[in-house]
Amino acid sequence: MSDHEYTPSSKFGKWFNDRLPLLTLANHLTDYPTPKNLNYWWTFGGILTFCLITQIVTGLVLAMHYIAHADMAFSSVEHIMRDVNYGWLLRYVHANGASMFFLAVYIHIFRSLFYGSYKSPREIIWILGIIIYLLMMAAAFMGYVLPWGQMSFWGATVITNLFSAIPLVGESITTWLWGGYSVDNPTLTRFFTLHYLIPFLILGLVVLHIWALHVPGNNNPVGIDIKKPSKDTVPFHPYIVIKDAFALLMFCIVFALFVFYQPNILGHADNYIEADPLVTPAHIVPEWYLLPFYAILRSVPDKLMGVVAMLSAILILAALPWLDTSKVRSAVFRPLFRQFYWILVADVLILGYVGAMPAEGLYLLIARVATAYYFAHFLIILPVLGWKEKTTPLPLSITEPVLGGSPNLAAARSDEKIEKTIK
Amino acid sequence: MSKLKNIFLVFIFSIIAINSSNSAEKSPPFLETKWTFKGLFGKFDRASLQRGYQVYTEVCASCHSMKYLTYRNLAEKGGPEFSEAEAKAIAAGFEVTDGPDSTGEMFVRPAKLSDKFVMPYANEQEAKAANGGAYPPDMSVLVKARKGGADYIYSLLLGYSEPPEGVELDDGVYYNKYMYGNKIKMPAPLSDDLIEYTDGTKATAEQMSKDVTNFLMWSAEPHLEQRHKTGFRVIAYLIILTVLVYFTMKKIWSRVESKV
Repeated sequence: MSDHEYTPSSKFGKWFNDRLPLLTLANHLTDYPTPKNLNYWWTFGGILTFCLITQIVTGLVLAMHYIAHADMAFSSVEHIMRDVNYGWLLRYVHANGASMFFLAVYIHIFRSLFYGSYKSPREIIWILGIIIYLLMMAAAFMGYVLPWGQMSFWGATVITNLFSAIPLVGESITTWLWGGYSVDNPTLTRFFTLHYLIPFLILGLVVLHIWALHVPGNNNPVGIDIKKPSKDTVPFHPYIVIKDAFALLMFCIVFALFVFYQPNILGHADNYIEADPLVTPAHIVPEWYLLPFYAILRSVPDKLMGVVAMLSAILILAALPWLDTSKVRSAVFRPLFRQFYWILVADVLILGYVGAMPAEGLYLLIARVATAYYFAHFLIILPVLGWKEKTTPLPLSITEPVLGGSPNLAAARSDEKIEKTIK
Repeated sequence: MSKLKNIFLVFIFSIIAINSSNSAEKSPPFLETKWTFKGLFGKFDRASLQRGYQVYTEVCASCHSMKYLTYRNLAEKGGPEFSEAEAKAIAAGFEVTDGPDSTGEMFVRPAKLSDKFVMPYANEQEAKAANGGAYPPDMSVLVKARKGGADYIYSLLLGYSEPPEGVELDDGVYYNKYMYGNKIKMPAPLSDDLIEYTDGTKATAEQMSKDVTNFLMWSAEPHLEQRHKTGFRVIAYLIILTVLVYFTMKKIWSRVESKV
């Protein structure tokens, strides 16, 4: 992949590298030419890697003390909170870490949507990302079941019941998933096993995601192809490393505020009540990061079609590189797309909000309109925009101003400046 | 674009406004009281925790279990901090069934520091039978298991009143304006001078409610003080490191004409 051959300076290094080119890899990673105009929205890749490692490490220690049994899971979590050394810290980091992970992944995804990072030649990176996101949702959902509180139990019941919507074999599949006729001990033990497995699958996919990224190199806020290495790039180390570190530290401060001062604010109070198959909570709601999809699910009156709509809402993203017909990547040069982008952001936020509310009356109506709009954005607006939109002129490179002297060079640096330039 | 953004902001805020006015009708705002455990350096009021334990053991414990607590917890740092001798004496006041002994028989002995809090009922069925079909919830993590937390528990304890006109209550059901649906099967548990505090504090209903809520907050979050203390250190460390890294970054990027 490297543009130049790397030869280790020491004799042993050369001997080793000829047999296993780890040093070449390390050299590639440090020298990796990165666009120098990346803004802070680009730091979330590093932050996400940090989140994954944090979840794996804290999860590993938690698993040493947790008991995956319907009669003991809840009290083993209390044991961790009370008697395990720093157990409270491990558990709160792990639980809030899941939320932080999703916060970061949503920023990462919406950054990609804004700057068109999913477009050719980066389709595979994007699709790998969607698979990672799907696995994250599966891992988070199963992890939420493990404390065996009321929301764990009833959330698991609602979600696994979705499979019963499949025609003919639905009921059998649900029974097979449960390992019985309701969510019970066999369900808990298999969820625990899968919850332990999935993060390592994600880790593998993250390696592929980064590998696929290193073939074409990073997209950038201007969204144009750049020569690598050139005046437009900086080596990954130290420039990007130090910038990522700075952003990561800022992120960790927010993370720590949650862990140490509001550790339960993102959770649901009902999950501190032990699971009781005989008592249904007043409102069954998933964790905040799944709410938009929950809203889509409930906005369709038919159960099967609801499940189909929910799955399509995620899978439609995989087709995005082909649904967006515009050749211009960055929204900076797409005035119309930029407006629709912000409407989509609002739409998803609204879906998340109504997802937390009871599915009735005005909320249901809003959920339906927002769901329809969500699909319209990808299936109608994006393809049409690609043909109709008149984009503003692209610069030739990051360092050179655009032909005709428009001040877009400065614009490429940050969103705020872009807005001012355009007004 | 800013127009569109504004429209959506207005839209979102109006939804929130509609919603919060709805929920305001459902339950009145919680009673206000000052909690020492809140805030950056929040700590428990030690004397209040000790009094809270007294309220729990003399009033609540006749129906409510606290099965995740151990008598040794009463003497641990960050809690009521009874002396070890006091905690031992408290434990010895309870009887637990242990065994089997070398002859295969179960036997009854006084509780030790390592024993869990003795439960008022043998099982859930017995608890329900004794309480008109309602199960008095375990109180170990009760504060975290209710929306509103300590404020909710405190308000609930003081929220009893005669039902408003037109509200009919069955036998064994009481009116409480903070309870979900306003109907509760627990009779008002606290009244002025119900108990006599060992430290001489006047046992008003407010005082007892506050003390026992403090105690329940500690039982739900026994490491709260350590969490706050560690949190402050962690965040202070992170802020200092962030500032140092920021200047390092500025220095490194000064070699490139791009800004960071």
